Amino acid sequence: MSNTFEKVKQIVVDHLDVDEDKVTLEASFKDDLEADSLDVVELVMELEDEFDMEIADEDAEKIATVGDAVNYIDSNS
Amino acid sequence: MLNGKVALITGASRGIGRAIALNYARNGAKVAVNYAGNEEKAQQVVNEITQNGGQAIKIKANVSKDAEVKAMVKEVVQTFGSLDILVNNAGITRDNLIMRMSEADFDEVIDINLKGVFLCTKGVTRQMMKQKSGRIINVSSVVGVSGNPGQANYVSAKAGVIGLTKTTAKELAMRNILVNAIAPGFIETDMTDQLTDEQKEQMLSLIPLHKLGQAEDVANVALFLASEQSNYVTGQTIQVDGGMVM
Repeated sequence: MSNTFEKVKQIVVDHLDVDEDKVTLEASFKDDLEADSLDVVELVMELEDEFDMEIADEDAEKIATVGDAVNYIDSNS
Repeated sequence: MLNGKVALITGASRGIGRAIALNYARNGAKVAVNYAGNEEKAQQVVNEITQNGGQAIKIKANVSKDAEVKAMVKEVVQTFGSLDILVNNAGITRDNLIMRMSEADFDEVIDINLKGVFLCTKGVTRQMMKQKSGRIINVSSVVGVSGNPGQANYVSAKAGVIGLTKTTAKELAMRNILVNAIAPGFIETDMTDQLTDEQKEQMLSLIPLHKLGQAEDVANVALFLASEQSNYVTGQTIQVDGGMVM
Protein backbone atom coordinates (compact mmCIF):
# COMPACT_ATOMS: atom_id res chain seq x y z
CA MET A 1 0.00 0.00 0.00
CA SER A 2 2.54 2.59 1.08
CA ASN A 3 4.77 1.76 -1.84
CA THR A 4 1.92 2.16 -4.30
CA PHE A 5 0.90 5.38 -2.61
CA GLU A 6 4.40 6.82 -2.91
CA LYS A 7 4.53 6.01 -6.61
CA VAL A 8 1.06 7.41 -7.26
CA LYS A 9 1.93 10.49 -5.23
CA GLN A 10 5.04 11.13 -7.31
CA ILE A 11 3.07 10.84 -10.57
CA VAL A 12 0.37 13.17 -9.27
CA VAL A 13 2.91 15.72 -8.07
CA ASP A 14 4.74 15.67 -11.40
CA HIS A 15 1.65 15.70 -13.51
CA LEU A 16 -0.55 18.20 -11.71
CA ASP A 17 2.29 20.33 -10.43
CA VAL A 18 0.95 20.39 -6.84
CA ASP A 19 2.66 20.38 -3.44
CA GLU A 20 3.44 16.95 -2.06
CA ASP A 21 1.63 17.76 1.21
CA LYS A 22 -1.66 18.15 -0.64
CA VAL A 23 -1.50 14.64 -2.10
CA THR A 24 -3.17 12.60 0.63
CA LEU A 25 -5.23 9.44 0.25
CA GLU A 26 -8.37 11.49 0.81
CA ALA A 27 -7.49 14.17 -1.74
CA SER A 28 -9.97 14.45 -4.60
CA PHE A 29 -8.30 15.01 -7.96
CA LYS A 30 -10.88 17.50 -9.11
CA ASP A 31 -11.78 19.27 -5.85
CA ASP A 32 -8.50 19.30 -3.95
CA LEU A 33 -5.87 18.99 -6.65
CA GLU A 34 -7.50 21.19 -9.25
CA ALA A 35 -7.40 18.61 -12.02
CA ASP A 36 -9.83 18.97 -14.91
CA SER A 37 -11.44 15.89 -16.45
CA LEU A 38 -8.80 15.64 -19.14
CA ASP A 39 -6.06 15.77 -16.48
CA VAL A 40 -7.67 12.79 -14.77
CA VAL A 41 -7.79 10.85 -18.06
CA GLU A 42 -4.10 11.57 -18.55
CA LEU A 43 -3.26 10.60 -14.98
CA VAL A 44 -5.00 7.28 -15.44
CA MET A 45 -2.97 6.76 -18.63
CA GLU A 46 0.26 7.42 -16.75
CA LEU A 47 -0.74 5.12 -13.92
CA GLU A 48 -1.43 2.39 -16.50
CA ASP A 49 2.06 2.82 -17.88
CA GLU A 50 3.74 3.02 -14.50
CA PHE A 51 2.02 -0.07 -13.10
CA ASP A 52 1.85 -1.88 -16.42
CA MET A 53 -1.89 -2.49 -16.26
CA GLU A 54 -5.04 -1.55 -18.09
CA ILE A 55 -7.75 0.37 -16.30
CA ALA A 56 -11.13 0.00 -18.01
CA ASP A 57 -13.05 3.19 -18.76
CA GLU A 58 -15.86 2.16 -16.39
CA ASP A 59 -13.39 1.72 -13.56
CA ALA A 60 -11.45 4.86 -14.42
CA GLU A 61 -14.62 6.89 -14.06
CA LYS A 62 -14.94 5.75 -10.44
CA ILE A 63 -11.47 6.95 -9.48
CA ALA A 64 -12.09 10.26 -7.75
CA THR A 65 -9.46 10.41 -5.00
CA VAL A 66 -5.81 9.46 -4.70
CA GLY A 67 -6.92 6.66 -2.35
CA ASP A 68 -9.30 5.31 -5.02
CA ALA A 69 -6.40 5.04 -7.44
CA VAL A 70 -4.12 3.35 -4.87
CA ASN A 71 -6.83 0.87 -3.88
CA TYR A 72 -7.64 0.08 -7.49
CA ILE A 73 -4.00 -0.57 -8.33
CA ASP A 74 -3.40 -2.69 -5.22
CA SER A 75 -6.43 -4.88 -5.80
CA ASN A 76 -5.89 -5.32 -9.55
CA SER A 77 -2.15 -5.73 -9.98
CA MET B 1 7.02 20.83 -44.14
CA LEU B 2 6.34 17.57 -42.35
CA ASN B 3 9.85 16.20 -41.86
CA GLY B 4 9.90 13.33 -39.38
CA LYS B 5 6.15 13.45 -38.75
CA VAL B 6 4.07 10.29 -38.84
CA ALA B 7 0.70 10.42 -40.57
CA LEU B 8 -2.15 7.91 -40.66
CA ILE B 9 -4.55 8.46 -43.54
CA THR B 10 -7.74 6.42 -43.72
CA GLY B 11 -9.12 5.42 -47.08
CA ALA B 12 -5.81 6.26 -48.71
CA SER B 13 -5.74 3.72 -51.54
CA ARG B 14 -7.34 6.11 -54.01
CA GLY B 15 -8.90 9.50 -54.63
CA ILE B 16 -8.43 12.28 -52.12
CA GLY B 17 -6.83 10.03 -49.49
CA ARG B 18 -4.24 8.85 -51.97
CA ALA B 19 -3.41 12.42 -53.00
CA ILE B 20 -2.99 13.41 -49.34
CA ALA B 21 -0.74 10.40 -48.65
CA LEU B 22 1.51 11.21 -51.62
CA ASN B 23 1.61 14.90 -50.75
CA TYR B 24 2.52 14.26 -47.11
CA ALA B 25 5.23 11.80 -48.15
CA ARG B 26 6.69 14.32 -50.61
CA ASN B 27 6.89 16.74 -47.71
CA GLY B 28 8.84 14.37 -45.49
CA ALA B 29 6.16 12.51 -43.51
CA LYS B 30 6.17 8.78 -42.85
CA VAL B 31 2.81 7.57 -44.02
CA ALA B 32 0.46 4.76 -42.99
CA VAL B 33 -1.91 4.03 -45.86
CA ASN B 34 -5.16 2.59 -44.52
CA TYR B 35 -7.49 0.71 -46.83
CA ALA B 36 -10.58 -1.42 -46.40
CA GLY B 37 -10.74 -3.59 -49.49
CA ASN B 38 -8.39 -2.59 -52.25
CA GLU B 39 -5.03 -4.00 -51.21
CA GLU B 40 -3.50 -3.69 -54.67
CA LYS B 41 -4.27 0.03 -54.92
CA ALA B 42 -2.97 0.58 -51.39
CA GLN B 43 0.25 -1.23 -52.28
CA GLN B 44 0.62 1.00 -55.34
CA VAL B 45 0.47 4.09 -53.11
CA VAL B 46 3.08 2.57 -50.78
CA ASN B 47 5.30 1.70 -53.76
CA GLU B 48 5.04 5.16 -55.22
CA ILE B 49 6.11 6.65 -51.90
CA THR B 50 9.01 4.26 -51.29
CA GLN B 51 10.26 4.56 -54.87
CA ASN B 52 10.60 8.27 -54.27
CA GLY B 53 12.66 7.69 -51.15
CA GLY B 54 9.84 7.99 -48.61
CA GLN B 55 8.61 5.63 -45.91
CA ALA B 56 5.16 4.07 -46.00
CA ILE B 57 3.21 1.02 -44.88
CA LYS B 58 -0.28 -0.17 -45.73
CA ILE B 59 -2.75 -1.26 -43.07
CA LYS B 60 -6.06 -2.97 -43.69
CA ALA B 61 -8.82 -1.90 -41.30
CA ASN B 62 -12.51 -1.15 -41.36
CA VAL B 63 -12.76 2.23 -39.61
CA SER B 64 -16.20 1.41 -38.23
CA LYS B 65 -14.80 -1.50 -36.18
CA ASP B 66 -13.23 -0.43 -32.90
CA ALA B 67 -10.94 -3.44 -32.57
CA GLU B 68 -9.56 -2.99 -36.08
CA VAL B 69 -8.95 0.71 -35.47
CA LYS B 70 -7.11 0.00 -32.22
CA ALA B 71 -4.92 -2.59 -33.92
CA MET B 72 -4.20 -0.15 -36.75
CA VAL B 73 -3.12 2.67 -34.42
CA LYS B 74 -0.93 0.24 -32.50
CA GLU B 75 0.75 -0.91 -35.69
CA VAL B 76 1.49 2.68 -36.76
CA VAL B 77 3.06 3.55 -33.41
CA GLN B 78 5.06 0.31 -33.31
CA THR B 79 6.35 0.80 -36.84
CA PHE B 80 7.14 4.49 -36.82
CA GLY B 81 7.44 5.28 -33.09
CA SER B 82 4.84 8.06 -32.94
CA LEU B 83 1.63 9.32 -34.51
CA ASP B 84 1.45 13.02 -35.25
CA ILE B 85 -1.23 13.40 -37.89
CA LEU B 86 -4.52 11.60 -38.44
CA VAL B 87 -6.51 12.23 -41.59
CA ASN B 88 -10.03 10.82 -41.39
CA ASN B 89 -10.75 10.45 -45.06
CA ALA B 90 -12.38 7.03 -45.51
CA GLY B 91 -15.89 7.36 -46.88
CA ILE B 92 -18.54 5.63 -48.92
CA THR B 93 -21.78 6.62 -50.65
CA ARG B 94 -25.10 4.79 -50.92
CA ASP B 95 -27.15 7.46 -52.68
CA ASN B 96 -30.91 7.35 -52.96
CA LEU B 97 -33.93 9.53 -52.33
CA ILE B 98 -35.15 9.36 -48.75
CA MET B 99 -38.32 7.66 -49.95
CA ARG B 100 -36.23 4.87 -51.41
CA MET B 101 -33.28 4.75 -49.02
CA SER B 102 -33.11 1.60 -46.94
CA GLU B 103 -32.28 1.66 -43.26
CA ALA B 104 -29.23 -0.46 -44.03
CA ASP B 105 -27.96 2.09 -46.57
CA PHE B 106 -28.39 4.85 -44.03
CA ASP B 107 -26.66 2.95 -41.25
CA GLU B 108 -23.77 1.79 -43.37
CA VAL B 109 -22.86 5.30 -44.49
CA ILE B 110 -23.17 6.68 -40.95
CA ASP B 111 -21.02 3.83 -39.64
CA ILE B 112 -18.12 4.42 -42.00
CA ASN B 113 -18.34 8.17 -42.58
CA LEU B 114 -19.23 9.37 -39.07
CA LYS B 115 -18.65 6.64 -36.51
CA GLY B 116 -15.39 5.81 -38.26
CA VAL B 117 -14.16 9.35 -37.63
CA PHE B 118 -15.11 9.05 -33.97
CA LEU B 119 -13.37 5.70 -33.51
CA CYS B 120 -10.17 6.76 -35.26
CA THR B 121 -10.11 10.03 -33.33
CA LYS B 122 -10.58 8.16 -30.07
CA GLY B 123 -7.95 5.66 -31.14
CA VAL B 124 -5.18 8.22 -31.69
CA THR B 125 -6.06 10.57 -28.82
CA ARG B 126 -4.11 8.65 -26.19
CA GLN B 127 -0.92 8.72 -28.24
CA MET B 128 -1.33 12.39 -29.16
CA MET B 129 -2.08 13.37 -25.55
CA LYS B 130 1.11 11.66 -24.47
CA GLN B 131 3.04 13.51 -27.16
CA LYS B 132 1.24 16.70 -26.16
CA SER B 133 0.79 17.56 -29.81
CA GLY B 134 -1.10 16.32 -32.81
CA ARG B 135 -3.21 17.18 -35.80
CA ILE B 136 -6.51 15.65 -36.77
CA ILE B 137 -7.93 16.50 -40.16
CA ASN B 138 -11.41 15.32 -41.01
CA VAL B 139 -12.56 15.16 -44.58
CA SER B 140 -16.17 16.32 -44.58
CA SER B 141 -17.96 17.55 -47.68
CA VAL B 142 -19.51 20.76 -48.88
CA VAL B 143 -22.86 18.95 -49.03
CA GLY B 144 -22.57 18.59 -45.26
CA VAL B 145 -22.94 22.37 -45.22
CA SER B 146 -25.45 22.83 -48.02
CA GLY B 147 -27.48 19.60 -48.12
CA ASN B 148 -27.95 17.59 -51.29
CA PRO B 149 -30.96 15.66 -52.60
CA GLY B 150 -30.34 11.93 -52.86
CA GLN B 151 -27.69 11.91 -50.15
CA ALA B 152 -29.57 12.01 -46.83
CA ASN B 153 -27.19 9.46 -45.30
CA TYR B 154 -23.98 10.97 -46.69
CA VAL B 155 -25.00 14.55 -45.86
CA SER B 156 -26.02 13.59 -42.32
CA ALA B 157 -22.67 11.93 -41.77
CA LYS B 158 -20.66 14.80 -43.28
CA ALA B 159 -22.57 17.44 -41.30
CA GLY B 160 -21.97 15.27 -38.23
CA VAL B 161 -18.25 15.28 -38.97
CA ILE B 162 -18.23 19.09 -38.83
CA GLY B 163 -19.86 19.01 -35.37
CA LEU B 164 -17.50 16.29 -34.23
CA THR B 165 -14.56 18.35 -35.48
CA LYS B 166 -15.60 21.34 -33.38
CA THR B 167 -16.14 19.24 -30.26
CA THR B 168 -12.86 17.37 -30.63
CA ALA B 169 -11.08 20.69 -31.20
CA LYS B 170 -12.50 22.07 -27.95
CA GLU B 171 -11.77 18.95 -25.90
CA LEU B 172 -8.18 18.60 -27.05
CA ALA B 173 -7.09 22.21 -27.51
CA MET B 174 -5.42 22.32 -24.09
CA ARG B 175 -3.21 19.42 -25.16
CA ASN B 176 -2.03 21.16 -28.31
CA ILE B 177 -3.98 18.87 -30.59
CA LEU B 178 -5.48 20.84 -33.44
CA VAL B 179 -8.56 19.52 -35.18
CA ASN B 180 -9.97 20.85 -38.43
CA ALA B 181 -12.18 19.72 -41.26
CA ILE B 182 -11.95 20.10 -45.00
CA ALA B 183 -15.17 20.25 -46.99
CA PRO B 184 -14.34 19.40 -50.59
CA GLY B 185 -16.81 20.28 -53.31
CA PHE B 186 -16.95 18.53 -56.65
CA ILE B 187 -13.60 16.76 -56.92
CA GLU B 188 -12.71 14.41 -59.77
CA THR B 189 -12.46 10.98 -58.13
CA ASP B 190 -13.93 7.50 -58.51
CA MET B 191 -16.73 8.66 -56.24
CA THR B 192 -17.81 11.50 -58.51
CA ASP B 193 -17.18 9.49 -61.70
CA GLN B 194 -20.38 7.66 -60.86
CA LEU B 195 -22.40 10.78 -61.64
CA THR B 196 -24.02 11.13 -65.06
CA ASP B 197 -22.84 13.76 -67.56
CA GLU B 198 -26.07 15.61 -67.00
CA GLN B 199 -25.47 15.72 -63.24
CA LYS B 200 -21.90 16.89 -63.80
CA GLU B 201 -23.01 19.65 -66.18
CA GLN B 202 -25.57 20.81 -63.68
CA MET B 203 -23.00 20.91 -60.86
CA LEU B 204 -20.53 22.84 -63.01
CA SER B 205 -23.12 25.53 -63.52
CA LEU B 206 -23.17 26.01 -59.74
CA ILE B 207 -19.41 26.42 -59.38
CA PRO B 208 -18.11 30.00 -59.77
CA LEU B 209 -14.65 28.75 -60.82
CA HIS B 210 -16.50 26.62 -63.37
CA LYS B 211 -14.27 23.59 -63.21
CA LEU B 212 -13.96 20.43 -61.20
CA GLY B 213 -11.51 20.31 -58.34
CA GLN B 214 -8.59 17.90 -58.29
CA ALA B 215 -7.67 15.64 -55.40
CA GLU B 216 -4.41 17.62 -55.17
CA ASP B 217 -6.38 20.79 -54.44
CA VAL B 218 -7.72 19.09 -51.32
CA ALA B 219 -4.33 17.56 -50.49
CA ASN B 220 -2.73 21.01 -50.47
CA VAL B 221 -5.17 22.26 -47.84
CA ALA B 222 -4.63 19.04 -45.88
CA LEU B 223 -0.89 19.76 -45.98
CA PHE B 224 -1.46 23.26 -44.66
CA LEU B 225 -3.59 21.93 -41.80
CA ALA B 226 -0.96 19.31 -40.89
CA SER B 227 1.94 21.78 -40.99
CA GLU B 228 3.17 24.50 -38.67
CA GLN B 229 1.66 27.03 -41.06
CA SER B 230 -1.68 26.46 -39.30
CA ASN B 231 -0.57 26.61 -35.66
CA TYR B 232 -3.37 29.00 -34.69
CA VAL B 233 -6.20 27.27 -36.55
CA THR B 234 -8.51 24.78 -34.86
CA GLY B 235 -12.16 23.76 -35.04
CA GLN B 236 -12.55 25.14 -38.55
CA THR B 237 -14.05 23.72 -41.71
CA ILE B 238 -12.29 24.86 -44.84
CA GLN B 239 -14.27 24.51 -48.04
CA VAL B 240 -12.34 23.50 -51.12
CA ASP B 241 -15.14 23.80 -53.61
CA GLY B 242 -14.37 26.43 -56.26
CA GLY B 243 -16.76 28.77 -54.49
CA MET B 244 -19.76 26.47 -54.90
CA VAL B 245 -21.18 27.17 -51.43
CA MET B 246 -20.60 30.53 -49.77
